[in-house]
Formats: sequence, C-alpha cells, structure tokens
Amino acid sequence: MLNLKNNWKMKIISLFILAAVGVMMLVGCGDNNGQSDDPLSGTITVYTAIENVLAGRLVETFEERYPNITVNLVRDSTGVITSRLIAEANNPQADVVWGTAASSLMVLEDMGMLEPFAPTGLERILPLFRSDLNPPTWVGITAWETAFIINIPELEALGLSVDDIRCYEDLLRPELQGNIIMPNPASSGTGFLTVVGLLELYGRDGGGWDFMENLHLNIQDYIHSGAGPANMAAAGETVIGISFGFPGISRLQEGAPVAVVFPEAGSGWDMEANALIRKDDIHPAARTFLNWAISDEAMAIYNEAFPIIATGEGGSYYGFENQNPVDQLIGKDFVWIATNRESILAEWERRFGG
Amino acid sequence: MMVLVKNRLARFSMGQLTILILMLSIFVVIMVLPILSLFTRAFQDNAGEFVGFSNFRAYFENPSLLRSLWNTIDVSLTTTVFSVVFGFLFAYGVTRTNIRFKRFFRYMVLIPIFIPTIAHAVGLISLFGRQGIITGLGFEIELFGRLGIILSHVIFTLPQAFLMFYVSLEYADGRLHEAAESMGVKPLMQVIKITLPEVKYTFINTMFVCFTLAFTDFGAPVVIGGGYSVLATDLFVQITGLFNFNMGAVVGTLLLAPAVLAFVINRITNTANMGAMSAKSTKLVIKKNTLRDVLFFIFCSIIILCFLTLVAGLAIRAFTTFFPFDTSLTMANFQFSTTTGGIGSFFNSMQMSLLTAVIGTAFVFIYAYMAEKIESFGFLRKIAKLFSLIPMALPGMVIGVGYILFFNNPGNPFNFAFGTIGILVVANILSFFSVPFLTATGALKKLDKEFESVSDSMNVPRWKLFLRVTVPLSFPAVLETFMYYFVSSMVTISALVFLYTPAFRVASIAISHMHAEGVFAQAAAMSLLILLINVAVRLIYELTNIFYKQREKRRQA
Repeated sequence: MLNLKNNWKMKIISLFILAAVGVMMLVGCGDNNGQSDDPLSGTITVYTAIENVLAGRLVETFEERYPNITVNLVRDSTGVITSRLIAEANNPQADVVWGTAASSLMVLEDMGMLEPFAPTGLERILPLFRSDLNPPTWVGITAWETAFIINIPELEALGLSVDDIRCYEDLLRPELQGNIIMPNPASSGTGFLTVVGLLELYGRDGGGWDFMENLHLNIQDYIHSGAGPANMAAAGETVIGISFGFPGISRLQEGAPVAVVFPEAGSGWDMEANALIRKDDIHPAARTFLNWAISDEAMAIYNEAFPIIATGEGGSYYGFENQNPVDQLIGKDFVWIATNRESILAEWERRFGG
Repeated sequence: MMVLVKNRLARFSMGQLTILILMLSIFVVIMVLPILSLFTRAFQDNAGEFVGFSNFRAYFENPSLLRSLWNTIDVSLTTTVFSVVFGFLFAYGVTRTNIRFKRFFRYMVLIPIFIPTIAHAVGLISLFGRQGIITGLGFEIELFGRLGIILSHVIFTLPQAFLMFYVSLEYADGRLHEAAESMGVKPLMQVIKITLPEVKYTFINTMFVCFTLAFTDFGAPVVIGGGYSVLATDLFVQITGLFNFNMGAVVGTLLLAPAVLAFVINRITNTANMGAMSAKSTKLVIKKNTLRDVLFFIFCSIIILCFLTLVAGLAIRAFTTFFPFDTSLTMANFQFSTTTGGIGSFFNSMQMSLLTAVIGTAFVFIYAYMAEKIESFGFLRKIAKLFSLIPMALPGMVIGVGYILFFNNPGNPFNFAFGTIGILVVANILSFFSVPFLTATGALKKLDKEFESVSDSMNVPRWKLFLRVTVPLSFPAVLETFMYYFVSSMVTISALVFLYTPAFRVASIAISHMHAEGVFAQAAAMSLLILLINVAVRLIYELTNIFYKQREKRRQA
C-alpha cells in the first residue's frame, strides 16, 4: 500500500499548486497608487451611495471631461458605505465620499474624518444644502423624499382609487389594514427621514408618535431597505410601499402598474452630499472631482433622476405638476435630528420593534 | 534500542510541532487578531475608553434583545430539526434504498448551495408571495417573517446536512446488518439500533452546523424576514444602521455561543469510540422493500420539485422582459450593465473562487491532519479544534469589519494584502472553514491508525505518508472540500461587501446590488450563470470521482 505510485493524483495536486502560484503572481502585480501633484491626472477612489445606473453615467461623463483621471468607484447602500468609511478611519482608502446621506456625513464629521473644502461654484448651492462651517465640511447635491408607491390594481381590488391616497392621513383608511410596507428607520435612511418627517408634521413629543401608532395598525411589515417597499409594491407583494421617489418612478418607467404619490402635506427628506476625506496625502484630483460634482453638467444629470437639486432649480416633474418640488420638503432642523437620532430610534424600537 | 526509539520520536515531534504551530499562527493572523480588533470594542465606549461590561449590561436591559434572542433560538432550532431530519432521510434514500434515479436526486439536492441566498428569497416570493404561483392556487402562508426565514434556512442548510449524512451513510459495514438479519431483527429496529449509532457523530455535527448557520445568517432575515428581529439583524442594524461598532461587537460575541457549546459537546462525544473502516467490512446489500422505496421516492421527488421551482422562478425572471407585467421572451437581461461590474465580475468571481478552493483545500487537509492524526501536543491540538469550529459562528459582517480594522492598519505587517484579491480569498477560506474541516476530519477518522504506526516504524516521514497515502485514500473528501469552497465562494456576499475593491468586483455582490435596486431580471440572470458554472464544476468533480473509483477497482482486481 505504501509503495503505490499515485502518479496521476500527484499530478493533479501539483497542477493545483501551480495554478495557485500562477494566479498569486498575477495578483501580486497589482496597481501602484503613486501620488501626484497634478489635479488633472491620476487615480482617485470614490465611495458613493448613488444608484449604480446613475453613478455609472456620471463617472463616464466626468472621465470624458478629465480623460487623465481614473475614478475607482465603490458603490453600496448608505449603511454599508458609511460603516466601511468608519471602519477604515485609521487609514482611509477613499479620497472622496460622494452622494451619500448628509446624516451619515455628519457622523463622519463628528469623528473628524472630513476635510473642509469649498468647491468651485459653492455660491449656487442653497444654504440649507451645505454644512454651516466655512469652508463647508460637506456640500449637498440632491434631496430625496418620502413617497408612496401604490400598486394600482391591488389598490382597486380593495375598493379604493389612487385619488383616495393623497396624504398621510389617507394611509389610515381601514381598507388598507395589513397592506402597507415601510422601511425600518434603524437600518434605512429613508425609514428614518420618514419618521422624522412625521414627527415634524404632527409634533415631536406626542402627535407624531400617536400618528405612527395608528399607522402601525395598517402596516404589513417594516423591512430593512429603503427602496425595498417600492420594489415590493411594484411586484404586487404589498399595496402601498412607503419609500422614495427614484425607485418608484424607475419601476413605473419599466412598466410596473404603479403610481407614485408625494404626500400633499409635505415629505420627510434627507439629502445626498459630497465631502473630501481627511488624510495625509490628499490627491489634488479629488478636489477636481468635487468641483465637477456640483457643476451644472453634473447637476443636470442628477436632475433627471431627482426632482430636487441643491441649486434649487428644477423643471416639471412627475408627481409635482402643481408645485416646485423644493416647497414640498418639510422644514427640517438638522441639529435637532443629529442630537436626537439615538433617542428617536430607541423610541421607535420600543414601540414598533420586531 | 530504547535510545533509538526516543530519538526518532523526538525528531518527528520537532517537525510536527513546527507545522502545528505554523497552522495555529495562520489562524491567529486570519481569525483571532482581526476578530479581537472588533470584539475588544465591546468593552469600550465611543471614545475608546475601557468600560468593562457596561455595553453588555445596556444591551441586556433592552427588552428587544430578549425578543431577538428568543426569535433566533426559535428559528435556528426549527431549522435544525427540519434540515437534519430531511437531510438524513434524503441521504438514507439515495444510499440505503433501491429507489430509481439516485444519481439524479443526489445531484439535484445540491441546487440551493449553487445559487446565492438572495435567489432563494426571490424564488420563495415567486412561489409563496402575494402574487406567487402556490398562493394563486389558494394556499396562503404568511411568508414574510418567521416562516420565510425558516424556509430560507431549511433550503440552504438541507443540502449541507445531506452532504454530511451522505458521506457517512455511504460507508456502511454490511456485516452488522447481516448479523441482525440472521437474528430476525425487524428493518425499522435495524435502522434505530445500527444505522443511527453508525452516524451518531455525523448527527451531532450536522445539528451544530445547521443550528449555527441558521443562528448567524443575516441574509435571509434581512431580505425575507420583514420586521422579525433576530440577533443577526440586530448586528446588521448596529453596524450599518446606527454605526455603533461597540454594540455590534457585543452582538457578535453573543453569536459565538453556539460554536463554544459545539466545542464542549464535541469534546464529550469525541471520547467515544469511533467506527473506523476496517479491512473486514463487507459491502451492504440493500434488501428489496417496495413500500420503503415508494415512500422514499415520493419524499425525494417532493424535495427536488421544491428546489427546481426555485430555479424555475429565477428562469422566468431572467428570460422575460419584466415579470410579471411583460412576459415577452428576451436575452437582454444577460447583457449586464457595466456599472455593477458587468460580466467581468463573473470572471473575477471564478478566479477568486478557484484560488479559495485550491489554497483552502490544502490548508483544511493539513490542518485536519495535524488536529486528528498526531499523537502528541494534546493541548495545542485542542486549541486547533476549538479554532476550527469558530469560523462557522462568525457572521460575514464580523469578518469583514474585523478584517478592515486589523489589516487596514498601516502598522500591520500584513497591510500589503488589504485591498487585493488576496484578502477576499483569505476571508473566504476562513468563512467556510468549519464544514470542510468536519468533512476532512470525518474522512481521516475512517482511515486506520495502523498507517501511522507502520510508517513511523518504517521510518517514513509523516509528510510522505500524508501525500502518498492519506490524501489519495481520502481523495473523495478532498474533492468534496474543493467543491464546497468553490461553490460557497461563488455565492457569498456578507464579508466581501466590506472588502471588495473597485478594481475587483465579484458577481455575488453585483447580484445583491441588482436586487437592492430592483433590477430583478439581471439579478436572476446572473444567478443562473453562477448556477451554471457551479453545475459544470460539479460535473467535473463527478467525472473525476468516477475515474478515481474505476482506477481503484482496477487496482484491486
């Protein structure tokens, strides 16, 4: 037994090892990230929560304008992007954080991770859409807001029509019991802005929570994703998804039988913002990118997907036929929100947690 | 003579000691230190000050914890019962009965581990959701929540339970059954008195694998669990929702509980005598029993039918324009938008999985050999065994964040690996270590200890024995391990989400992005591609195995 010549097996094993070594060597010749002083060339790493389709188009446009700059994009949900940035705080891998919730950027700001920077054209940005510091630590580009995504056939099956659902109170109709899905505010930025919006609308101390208690009676489920309720309404897995405009309008354009309603009394909202990451050797091309990211060219592309952009201009949009989308945003006290974030979430968890 | 023996022992021991320590050091670098760099935060406040157990106290005072804890135990236990029973019955069906299409059943039952878990959820929704096919037939269940999580977990863990039972049921000693037969023991009693004790070790291991996988998985609860909170979703919320790494670390340490328990129980059961393959074993002759065969055939068919509908659910989405609103056939969904990584991410996944499989298999076998087949260094080997069970209990998120905290530190000598494919491979090797380790240990236990004594007395070095005898004899288990690593790396998401770099995106992450953005058709199409490559690899595996068995037969003849 000991003398068996297991040649072919040995060959397979050696082949595996050879293959492994080969691939390892390929991997070894990775890219070298040489720093340069040139703001018009080099490679920068950008972290973003902007949806893939949109982010891809934007980066393409940027690279056409600045052909010698390569943008390495890490795209994920707001939660993953933010926690990655926090975990990497010791040795930041990102040069720029782009299009990520301002509430997240405030967390990074508190940790001293953002480098103040005033991008070219800052004066066009509405004061509401930038941090109070000068130069600002973060600058907003777009806002996203609570929207109801309604599956029309399923709603009609309940004996209601889309015209019956115009504002938050309409969500309390008894026919809708067990037919509304909402994101969990602890894991979804959209969920959080919706809860904050309700607190602002109906009262921070009692009224807002009372409203949510009533709404709770109609809730089918709270889920861990902001776009999820829109997608589930589009797929007919629920009747009304409380979500935000972009996924709802995207599903509508793809042919799902949905209507997207922005509540009449106003919407809770948050903004997507940009910031420069503080590190020892800041790549000058990162500033070039941030300048471009609030340019008219970039704003025009954001504007195709988001009715509200940080310059306050905007055209006519689905769901906003009669008003300027900016007017629909509920007045928002960012300082109050930032300081009370934990207690709001704890209270929500106490009342509605799974 | 005495002196000679002593010298030889001493010489062998030095070599073995070096390798054992090397193996343990690797584990310290790829698991202990990264995990500790996260878990030490459980004892710190936001400013990094040491605060003792106050985070734990705060967490335990929160009423939602008890609910999450109870929910987690509830779904994990239920999953374990179903997966272990179904897995055992299925494995029994394809090894110990005379049903037809055994090979077909054996291949098809693995489908769920060939596709990403998100695809299970998509499949379940197309069956049991409000618009689902089965719901349409008038059979309604409350899918989102507890039931959805359990279904997802059973789908995912059943094949793993099957694989473990299959390996141990396939090697049976016919003599016991012959003896029982001649003594007039009824067939059912034979199962209880002979078969069950035969697979006792596998039973316990399988229970812990299923329990721990269900206990720590966060994919299913996040996608299909709705508001039903479990410990893993608490971890998810703490880390990616509240950015509270301290509390996240607290939850992470709680998730380790089953692995520690598994280790303790493993220690107790391991002392019992293991049934090794003896040279005198005879092949089991399966008796004719029509009722038994019909029942098992129906059972296996139902399971496979369920799994196939999952694939059908994917196929419907992948090949139609926009299911269910526009069902015109199209191939357009296979043209992946480049922003998610495009088709390149698929080839990246293959490259990463191949590397993981090659290096991982070698590592697992050497490690298992050192933990199982060495006589001395009991203490070190106990540590090695404890280490081996922990990876199963580490949620990918803990590995991902731990790896960033540890490897991304500029002062770390291994910092060079961060941001390369290497770190992804290492994360995968660690994430999936436990199950192959158990497979390898099981295979090694079946090898007669005589080999070691003979080789020692003939002065043949152990590494030669390992390469020339141990590895060839456990070749099926080597292939199985290779397969497992490859397939799991193709579909995994959770650790990689924190570690992938823009230059090297992988398909499973692309699928999760497509799913999150509602591009279900592309997500389904990419899942089908992954299924395809996994099936292809499985086929190569089966052919190699057949080739190997014929080779063995010819040699014995």
